Amino acid sequence: MKHDIYVYLLVMSCVTLAIRILPLTLIRRQVKSRFLRSFLFYVPYVTLAVMTFPAIVEATQIPLAGALAMAGGIALAWAGASLFQVSAACCVIVFAAEYFFC
Amino acid sequence: MEKEPSALRRGVAAHRRALSDGLHDGIPIALGYLVVGFTLGIAAKNAGFTPWQGFLASFFNNASAGEYAAFTLVAEDAPYWEMALMTLVANARYLLMSCVISQKFAPDASIWHRIFVGFDLTDEIFGISAARRGTLDPYYNYGAMAVALPGWAGGTMLGVIAGNALPGAVVSALSVALYGMFLAIIIPPAKLDRVVLGSVVLSFALSFLAGRLPLLSSLSGGTRTILLTVLIAAGAAALFPIRETEDQHEA
Repeated sequence: MKHDIYVYLLVMSCVTLAIRILPLTLIRRQVKSRFLRSFLFYVPYVTLAVMTFPAIVEATQIPLAGALAMAGGIALAWAGASLFQVSAACCVIVFAAEYFFC
Repeated sequence: MEKEPSALRRGVAAHRRALSDGLHDGIPIALGYLVVGFTLGIAAKNAGFTPWQGFLASFFNNASAGEYAAFTLVAEDAPYWEMALMTLVANARYLLMSCVISQKFAPDASIWHRIFVGFDLTDEIFGISAARRGTLDPYYNYGAMAVALPGWAGGTMLGVIAGNALPGAVVSALSVALYGMFLAIIIPPAKLDRVVLGSVVLSFALSFLAGRLPLLSSLSGGTRTILLTVLIAAGAAALFPIRETEDQHEA
């Protein structure tokens, strides 16, 4: 192997940390533009939704288990269950679904 | 002189509460990370990493897709510039998240708090921080990081050591823990705000489509996430700009 793993580690770590830290340290004032404020307001919901589906269905051994977990998770979160409860319920649903249908 | 210590004590009590909230919300994250880190460790092992190198990679990167892509490059003995470029593309979405969190900080928050919060601004910790009401207390992030970081880095190390020791059914069940958390973050605000609800539903639909359309599906998952996020959030912002006080309370 020509390349050193520690140099690889240094390169990837510096790039990742710069991406995460630079905006936080450089943008120190409140953004004034109403459009940008609205944009930043919607980003968390949109990006988490994009990352959740269809990934949740592809993460499990059978897609049905992931789909059931998603439906159950949405229902519980809608009813006001906590972060931990929703998360744990999704795991239990997948385990049970795969036990019955696998 | 009498006011000083009690104000100080109130401040400390608030930080302590934020810290314990963070620890509490960090536990499901840490459990999910332990498992995802474990599977990542298997990829690291295949790329020739020792357990210690796997630990370092995860401790300083905290990025599943980014690390996975990096491990495949190490396995191919790719040039360093390619590693830098790949990490940049795979992790570019954190640039956007960092911008969002910059607006959650009090303007006079110290640079050190900004650096340490940025250090572990993962998808999940971003999610729970963005969902906090009002100004972000960095101690909330420190609480979550205190359990999430060891979960992630330790999980990777164990994955390098133990390989395929976990049964498939357990990995499968635990792999949805993080998605369950995302649902718990996005659904309650969607229930209260029609525009958020519409954006969430549209995000699910477009994300599903983008994985299947010819051109878009060839992009990496991270790049698709950025494209869709910018597109949908900009559309929502243009059509339904928030009222001036809204973002102080909601996201």
